Amino acid sequence: MKNKKLKIAIYWFGSCGGCEVALVELNEKILELAEIADIVLWPVALDFKYEDLEKFKAQEIDISLINGCIANFENEQIAKMLREKSKVLIAYGSCACFGGIPGLVNLATKEEVYKIAYSETPSTINPKFTTPQQSYKADAHELELPEFYGYSRALHQVVEVDYFVPGCAPPIESTEKLLEIAKEFAAKGALPPKGTVIGSEKSVCDECEREKAEKKSISKIYRIYEKEADPKKCLLDQGIICMGPATRGGCKARCLNANQPCIGCMGALPEALDQGAKMLSALASIIGIEEEKALSEEDLKKIIDKVADPAGSFYKFSLPVGIISRKHTEKK
Amino acid sequence: MASVDKFEPKILAFLCNWCAYAGADLAGVSRMQYPPNIRAIRVMCSARVDPVFVLEALKRGADGVFIGACHPGDCHYQTGNYKTVRRVILMRKLLEQLGVDGKRLRLEFISASEGKKFASAVEDFVKELRELGPFKK
Repeated sequence: MKNKKLKIAIYWFGSCGGCEVALVELNEKILELAEIADIVLWPVALDFKYEDLEKFKAQEIDISLINGCIANFENEQIAKMLREKSKVLIAYGSCACFGGIPGLVNLATKEEVYKIAYSETPSTINPKFTTPQQSYKADAHELELPEFYGYSRALHQVVEVDYFVPGCAPPIESTEKLLEIAKEFAAKGALPPKGTVIGSEKSVCDECEREKAEKKSISKIYRIYEKEADPKKCLLDQGIICMGPATRGGCKARCLNANQPCIGCMGALPEALDQGAKMLSALASIIGIEEEKALSEEDLKKIIDKVADPAGSFYKFSLPVGIISRKHTEKK
Repeated sequence: MASVDKFEPKILAFLCNWCAYAGADLAGVSRMQYPPNIRAIRVMCSARVDPVFVLEALKRGADGVFIGACHPGDCHYQTGNYKTVRRVILMRKLLEQLGVDGKRLRLEFISASEGKKFASAVEDFVKELRELGPFKK
C-alpha cells in the first residue's frame, strides 16, 4: 500500500450534483489529492461506460465516494457493484447518508409521483398520460429504462457503508477531513473506525452563536418570509422553526450566520433514533409555555396549524432513515 | 372457539404513574370489564412519552397507541400533560402526512379515581381500531 497511488471512484445516484461541486471547493488542496490518488471513475467529469466499472477487480478501487440516494434499479445495481470493487465506501452528502431531499418522495406512492410529475405540474401537457416504461420497442430496437421504485433509500440501506459525510452539501471542513483520512490511508494504510460520521457529536445549537433565552416559549409560529428575524437572537425564540436542536453540528451553523434557520441537513444527533420525531417533540414542548394553562385545545390547534408541513420540515433530509420511512397506506 | 379471522387490535398504552396508571389499577381492583387488547407501560409522566415511542410502537406491530395523562392542572410535575397535549396535536398531523390515521394515537385524561373512565376509554378505542383495521396489512 505504501507510496502507491490510491484509486478513487466518485459516483452519483439520486442527487442534484451539489456534492460534486463541494469536492471542487477543496480549491488548491485538490492538488494534494492528485498527489496521492488517481481518479479512476467520475461520470460527472470523465467519460464513463458500464463496462469500465465491470473491468475492475474485486476491491481494486481503494475509495469510492458516493453521493445521492438509491431511487431506481440502476442506482442499486451500481451501488452493489461499487461495494464489491472498493475497499472503502463512503456516503458523501445527506442524500447518500439519509436519503436527503429526494427522500421526500417517500411521502407519496409511486402512482402519485407519476401523476404529479407527468401530468399535474403546470408545465406538463400529457393528455395520454405517458409515463416511463421499463422497456420500449422502437424500429426493432428494444430500449430499456431502469425501474423507478417509487421510494428512495439511503446508501447504507442497500450496501454496507464505511464512513458517512453528512451535509447538503458537506461543509468544506468535512471534505478537508476526508482528504486527511485519504492521505493517512495512502501513507500508512491506516483508517478510522468503521461507521465514523464526519461531523460534530453535538447539535447545531452548540455551534450557533445567537443569544438564546433561558426559558423558551413561542406564542406564534412564523414562516421564514413573514418576519424579519433579529440576527442576534435564537430563531426558535423568535417563533421561526429552526432544526438546530435536533440536528448534528459540524457545519459551524452556517445557515444561522446567514440569518436563515437550520433545515437539518446534517441529520439526527448521534444517539437519536429519529430526527423528525425529536424536532417535533422539541418544538411542541415550547409552544405557548407562558400561557399554557389558559390555552384551550382549539387555541393550540390554531398555533400548531402554522406548522404547515411537519413531515417536510422535520424530515427534510432524513425521511428514508426515519422510523416510519415511507408513506403508509391505510386499508379503507 | 373464537373466529380465527376476527381482528384483535394491539394497543400499547403509556400510563402516567400518578393518575392514569392508578385509574387503570382501580379499574382492575374494582373488577371492571374491559377488552384485554391493551399492553400497559407505566411512565412517570405522560410527557415522558417521546414521539419516537409512538412511531416505534406502530412500526413494531401496535395498531394504536394510547396515552393516559392527568387532567389539565393536575400534573404531578405541574405542566407535563400540557406538553403532551401539544405533542399529540402535532404528532397527529405528522402521522396523517405519513399516511397513518391520526385516530391511532389517542390521548385521555384519567384521574386516579376514574377507573370507569379508563375502562370505557379502552373499550371505545378498541372499537375504533377495529373499524380502522390492522395497521400493517
